[in-house]
Amino acid sequence: MAKTPVQFTLNGTHRAHFVDGGANLLDVLRREVGDLSPKYGCGQGTCGTCTVLINGEPHLSCLTLAESVEGKSLETTSGMANGPDLHPLQRIFMESFAAQCGYCTPGMLMAAKALLAGNPNPTREEVIEGISGNICRCTGYEPIIDAILQAAVELRSGRVA
Amino acid sequence: MTIHKGRGFACINYPIGMNLGGDPSQALVHSTPDGKFKVALSAIDLGQGMKSVTRQLAAETLGVPVEDVYVDTADSDTGPHDMGSFASRGTHRVGNAVIQASREARGLLLEAAAEELEVNASDLETDGKGNINVKGAPSRSIAVAETAIAAQFKQGRTISGRGIFLIPTSDVDPETGEMTPVSCFAHAAVVVDLQVDDETGEVEVLEINSAYEVGRALNPKMVEQQLIGGAWMGVSHALYETTEPYYPNRDHGPTDFNQYLMPGPGEVVNHNIAVLERPAEDAPYGGKGPGEMCANPLLPGVANAVYNAVGVRVDALPITPEKILRGIQAIGGARPQGMR
Repeated sequence: MAKTPVQFTLNGTHRAHFVDGGANLLDVLRREVGDLSPKYGCGQGTCGTCTVLINGEPHLSCLTLAESVEGKSLETTSGMANGPDLHPLQRIFMESFAAQCGYCTPGMLMAAKALLAGNPNPTREEVIEGISGNICRCTGYEPIIDAILQAAVELRSGRVA
Repeated sequence: MTIHKGRGFACINYPIGMNLGGDPSQALVHSTPDGKFKVALSAIDLGQGMKSVTRQLAAETLGVPVEDVYVDTADSDTGPHDMGSFASRGTHRVGNAVIQASREARGLLLEAAAEELEVNASDLETDGKGNINVKGAPSRSIAVAETAIAAQFKQGRTISGRGIFLIPTSDVDPETGEMTPVSCFAHAAVVVDLQVDDETGEVEVLEINSAYEVGRALNPKMVEQQLIGGAWMGVSHALYETTEPYYPNRDHGPTDFNQYLMPGPGEVVNHNIAVLERPAEDAPYGGKGPGEMCANPLLPGVANAVYNAVGVRVDALPITPEKILRGIQAIGGARPQGMR
């Protein structure tokens, strides 16, 4: 089958790849690009662990056609840290025990990042809504919700980058 | 339509690990030439924190900083034998093996240090910060790293230890039928508050209060986290999850994730936990580990609360709206427990 050239930016870096027609974005990111941070969970848009940001909006990469990101800006969790400095969300997730097995964490971080970008001062209910597309099996969600609320406070106070 | 509130109580006596074949776990500990320690295990951390806890146990027993210990669970082909990560056995079984291995390694570490300092090993103590001192004379000291270098390049010996934990075989007494299959029990009690809509059969959990007795909480924050998450998994099993909703009839089972019901972040409720610490004698520094027990009592707790709310005793999981409505129909209308 003929391959289609696709160009996009991934975490600020320009990328160009030839993708199979109908290939989904998650496969391309993991297998072609080599960015393993978005995880394969259910493969049918139910669990949210493959969430990536496309032009700042959260999308399920397992249901996104790779060809459709032509010219767009993609973000994944592998681009969140600034060198050795974790993004505040990552650091507070770690400090607040918001990850156990860690499999849902990349999707949770992406959903949280998108939420806080659009709504820097969310209520608890808005945080719950923001991560409602993401399933966590271990934590019971409480620590994740608390961590996002705490990160929102830190990000608003401007103490961190 | 009436909303009925109900409260359910359940408690649990939870046996840690199993008895099959002695339930063994092995651990191997060795120092690298730069004085760091590696702990080789074949039990795997599934997210419950076994790597962190065994690291703490090794550091505590060796007398070195926790930063200087690395736990390697990478390969069950080449690592020492372990039954596995299940039955809430990690902290207890693996932890005990790690302590035994670390004790042997510590003995060899002190022997190597004694040779360098020209003193008796029994006169040495560790400061937990990476140094080995002569008791009462802290100026006579050698770093763990220096000791490891000396052992490797000068003395020609390893600083290493082997550990295994094995449950003694317990036979059944032919007269009484008694046996002691388990040496270590954890305990918990939970109170579940919920409400049931007698028109739709829907259950909404309102609050969970619990007390968990886990022996010494070796890592209190991680214990709390596992209890919150595990208890919620119990609620999920009680009310939502099944692969065979009409067991043993296999019709209507989910064929994929889209049809498998699980609660999301919107369903989470407040859970107040009291952690009680009653260290067990044969447990590593008294820690039994929360394990599966965090989930188990929630299932009868929810079932009892539903009975309390509408008088329906559902005896097959999960407790679905359909089962509740059929139950209400069978008894001729909701009968809250206080009103029968």
